[in-house]
Amino acid sequence: MKIPVRPLALCLLALAFSALVLGRAQAGGSHYFAPVADPMVKDECGSCHLAFAPSMLPASSWRRIMAGLGNHFGDDASLDPAVTTKITEYLVNHAADTGGRRYSDKLLRGVSATNAPLRITELPKWVKEHRKVQDSEWKHKDVRSKANCAACHTDAERGYYED
Amino acid sequence: MNRKLTITSLAVTLVLSFSGAGIAGPREDQLDKYARAAKASNPAFSGFSAARGNMLHNQAFTGGKSDTPACTSCHGNDTRGAGRNPAGKAIDPMALSASPSRYTDPAKVEKWFKRNCNEVLGRECTPQEKGDWLSFMIGQ
Repeated sequence: MKIPVRPLALCLLALAFSALVLGRAQAGGSHYFAPVADPMVKDECGSCHLAFAPSMLPASSWRRIMAGLGNHFGDDASLDPAVTTKITEYLVNHAADTGGRRYSDKLLRGVSATNAPLRITELPKWVKEHRKVQDSEWKHKDVRSKANCAACHTDAERGYYED
Repeated sequence: MNRKLTITSLAVTLVLSFSGAGIAGPREDQLDKYARAAKASNPAFSGFSAARGNMLHNQAFTGGKSDTPACTSCHGNDTRGAGRNPAGKAIDPMALSASPSRYTDPAKVEKWFKRNCNEVLGRECTPQEKGDWLSFMIGQ
């Protein structure tokens, strides 16, 4: 009996292609960043802004941010020391260069962890992804701040940052 | 005889638990704490005033940050409506009638007084101011 090589090969190719697409979709491509799972971290970090995914910054950055909460980008975000320690531990363990590496993907390209960048919005990949957003859109009354991810990324709370 | 005693004591307990002292929740406890502190620093202190709290909430200050001169800068002019902070995030209404779960965690209340008084007034609020403001919001 003659084996139908061409149809079989085509089938296999189609299967491989869908597996690849499906796999990427499941992982959310490079636009999924696992949201904060710890209720205390979510509550404290999420009361003024979205509780940013720890995988968006390296561990060194989270240490630096948590050490300066008294002047947090110009605001008093101080917490009691025991809470600060617990939150720091969570962020450091799930950072872009520790436990959250599989989400951070390209976000840390061109970023030096020794510099401990403080703003996600200054990472080269973030800047590139948002280069087409107009100034007027940032100033829109429902946006107001580059820290307001959820104004445009409606599923940001759940970790999805597709366009 | 013994049974009558049991019934009497049960009745007394029931009445006591519904009297003023029995219903003190976390909000009343916190107001009590502020009242004691206010009395300690000012012997003439004679209770909190929701009207003063209303004034404090709406007053513009110059000691804090220029973009947030008043409580209403972020919380909005309607205590029963939502506010919005500079980061663009919505803030649930401050009036107890609109946000019934508010003011039950004393540490949380203190945390926000500390942060927000520093930002708006440029200093911590006094126990009297905190008690006035809290009385105002509880009555709203």
